[in-house]
Amino acid sequence: MSILVDKNTKILVQGLTGKTGTFHTEQALAYYGTQMVGGIHPKKGGETWTGSGGEELPIFATVAEGKERTGANASVIYVPPAGAADAIIEAIDAEIPFITCITEGIPVMDMVKVKARLDRSNSRLLGPNCPGIMTPEECKIGIMPGSIFRKGSVGIVSRSGTLTYEAVFQTTNEGLGQTTAVGIGGDPVKGTEFIDILEMFLADDATESIIMIGEIGGSAEEDAAQFLIDEAKKGRKKPMAGFIAGRTAPKGRTMGHAGAVVSGGKGDAESKIAAMEAAGITVSPSPARLGTTLVDVLKG
Amino acid sequence: MNIHEYQAKQLLKGYGAPVAEGVAILKVEEAEAAAKSLPGPLYVVKSQIHAGGRGKGKFKELGPDAKGGVRLAKSIDEVVAHAKDMLGNTLVTAQTGDAGKQVNRLYIEDGADISRELYCSLLVDRSVGRVAFVVSTEGGMDIEAVAHDTPEKIHTIAIDPEAGVTDADVVAISKALELDGAASDDAKALFPALYKAFVEKDMALLEVNPLIVMTDGHLRVLDAKMSFDGNALFRHDDVKALRDETEEDAKEIEASKWDLAYVALDGNIGCMVNGAGLAMATMDIIKLYGKEPANFCDVGGGASKEKVAAAFKIITADPKVEGILVNIFGGIMKCDVIAEGVVAAVKEVGLQVPLVVRLEGTNVEQGKKILNESGLAITAADDLDDAAQKIVAAVA
Repeated sequence: MSILVDKNTKILVQGLTGKTGTFHTEQALAYYGTQMVGGIHPKKGGETWTGSGGEELPIFATVAEGKERTGANASVIYVPPAGAADAIIEAIDAEIPFITCITEGIPVMDMVKVKARLDRSNSRLLGPNCPGIMTPEECKIGIMPGSIFRKGSVGIVSRSGTLTYEAVFQTTNEGLGQTTAVGIGGDPVKGTEFIDILEMFLADDATESIIMIGEIGGSAEEDAAQFLIDEAKKGRKKPMAGFIAGRTAPKGRTMGHAGAVVSGGKGDAESKIAAMEAAGITVSPSPARLGTTLVDVLKG
Repeated sequence: MNIHEYQAKQLLKGYGAPVAEGVAILKVEEAEAAAKSLPGPLYVVKSQIHAGGRGKGKFKELGPDAKGGVRLAKSIDEVVAHAKDMLGNTLVTAQTGDAGKQVNRLYIEDGADISRELYCSLLVDRSVGRVAFVVSTEGGMDIEAVAHDTPEKIHTIAIDPEAGVTDADVVAISKALELDGAASDDAKALFPALYKAFVEKDMALLEVNPLIVMTDGHLRVLDAKMSFDGNALFRHDDVKALRDETEEDAKEIEASKWDLAYVALDGNIGCMVNGAGLAMATMDIIKLYGKEPANFCDVGGGASKEKVAAAFKIITADPKVEGILVNIFGGIMKCDVIAEGVVAAVKEVGLQVPLVVRLEGTNVEQGKKILNESGLAITAADDLDDAAQKIVAAVA
C-alpha cells in the first residue's frame, strides 16, 4: 500500500504550459505511467499541450472544467508565486481532494488567506514550497527525481525537498525502499503538517518504518513528537529514524526556507532533537547516515 | 527585510498609530535644528541600527562608563552632545555580535512621561496559520527572558483573517495588557491599525516594545521594530525604498540581486547547495567533521547557469574561504546546469582553493561529464559524507 497517491490518482497540472510545469509533467508521464490527465490555463482552454517527446495532454480553461472532463482527483501547481495562492483557491473551490503546490516564494499573508479557505473545505493541500509526493512505481507528483526510488517499506516525511531525496536515495541503497515519500514544504504556513502524514504512515500496513526530517523554526517537530508519544500509549508505534537540519544555523537568520528561522527563543535544533528522541525516534547527527541509522534501528 | 525604527514609526503614523514627534538625522550639524523643531523640554536621542538592545549597548570607541545607544536629553545642548558622541561610532549590543554596528543615523524624538511599559508584537503564528498578537504587561525588556521565566505573562491572540480584528479581540488584548480609561479607548483604534498595517504591508514581524501608557493615561508606540516578508516585496515598492544597504553584508546584497538565499557566516568552508534543508545539513556535516561553514547558500530550484556562476563568485570572493563544497541533489535543479555554471565561474575568476563537488539526481551523468571534461582541478565525491570528509581534509 501507500498513502495519499497511487496508480489510480488522476492529476491536473496548474501551470502546465510553463517551462517548469512542462519538464516535470514529462518526467511524471515517463514515470510508470503516472496519470497526468490535463493542464489548466485560463486563456488556452481547448488547446493541446505537447511535450518534447510528443506526449499530449488536453488543456482546460478552469480546474472545475478539467475535473469534470477527466475525473481528476488531484492537482499539482507550478504557477509562479504571485498567482499561486489564487491557483490553490481555484482548486479548493473546484473541490479537488488532493492539491500539491510546488511553488516557492508565495507571500505568507497569501497563505494565511488560503489556510482559512482550506479549513472550511474537504481538500487537502500539500505544500507550498515542497517537492511533492511519490509512491514508487505508481505515482509521481512534483519534482522528486524518480530514478532514486525503489518500492519498499519505509515511509518518508520531510520539510526539506533535497533532504527528502537524501532519505529516499539512502533507503534505496540500503535495500529498504519506500512506500511513499512526502515533502511537506519549508514555508511557515502550509497545508499538511508532520502529524497528518505520521498518522497516515501509522495506519498504512505496508509502511514498516518511518524517516522524519525536520529543520529549525516553529514547533511542528515538537508537536509531532508529542503526537507519537500519545499514539504509542495506544499501542500504535513504528520504528523511526530522524534528522534535524540547522544545528549550526545562527539565531534570528532565515535560512532559505521562509519557515527556517530560530526566533523568540523558539525553534532551535537541540530542542527538536530532544523532543524527537523522547518520542523514540533515533536522530542521526549526519544527513548522510539516515539510511544506516534506520537499518540499525530495525536490527534493534 | 528590516527597516529602521524611525521608518517603522513613520509607516505606523500613516495608519493612525500614536507615535512621538521626531526627526531623523545623518550629521551632527543637523541635531540642533532637529531638536528645536520638537516641543521639548525632554528629548530622546536614539541610534538607528538594525539590531535590538540599543539602550544597554556600548560604543566601542567610548569608555566603558559612557552611556548606551539610546539617551535622554534635557536640553538642546545635551542633544547635540549626544549626537557628537554617537554618530559614526560603533555600537555593540546583545544582538550585533562583537563587531558591533556603525551608527550612521540618529532619531531625535520628543520625550514621554511613562507610567507603564507594555509589550505588543504581531507575527504569523504558524501553529494556526494566522496573524497573532503577542502581548505582555512586562514591556521594555527582553521578551525572550519573559517567555522563559514567566510564560504565564505572555498572551497570544490569533486573528481570523476573514473577520479581522473584532471588538472581542480588542477586549481580549486590552484585558491581557490591563488597560483602562483613556488607554482602553486608544486600544480600539490602535490594535486594528497595527493589524491593518501588518497585513497590507506584508510584514513578517511588527514589535512594539515598549508600548507605553503615558502619565496622561494615553497609549504611545515608544519603539517599533519591523521586518517584511521578502517574498512579498514585489508588490511593495514603497517598502523596498526603505532598505538601508549599509546595514547589510555586502555579499548578501550581491546574492539578493541574484535571488540567492545566502547568509554570511564565520567559518572557512564555502558551500553552494540546492535546497534550504540540504544547505543547512551541509553546514551541519562540515561542523560534524570539525570545521566551520563560511556561508549558507541555497541556489534554489530552477537556477540558471548564470545564477550558479554568480553564487560561485560570491563564495570565492570571501577572503575567509579556504575550500569550497558544492553539494547538489537535483530534483528541479539539473546537475548539468550546476556543472556548467561552476565551470563558467571557475574559468572567469579562477580557482585558488580546493573544490569538492558532489552531484546526484536529475541529469547527474551529464553533470559529471561536464566536470570531468572541463580539465579543472575538481575533486568529485560519491555522497555527502564523502564530500564533507574530502573538503575538511583538503583545508586541514
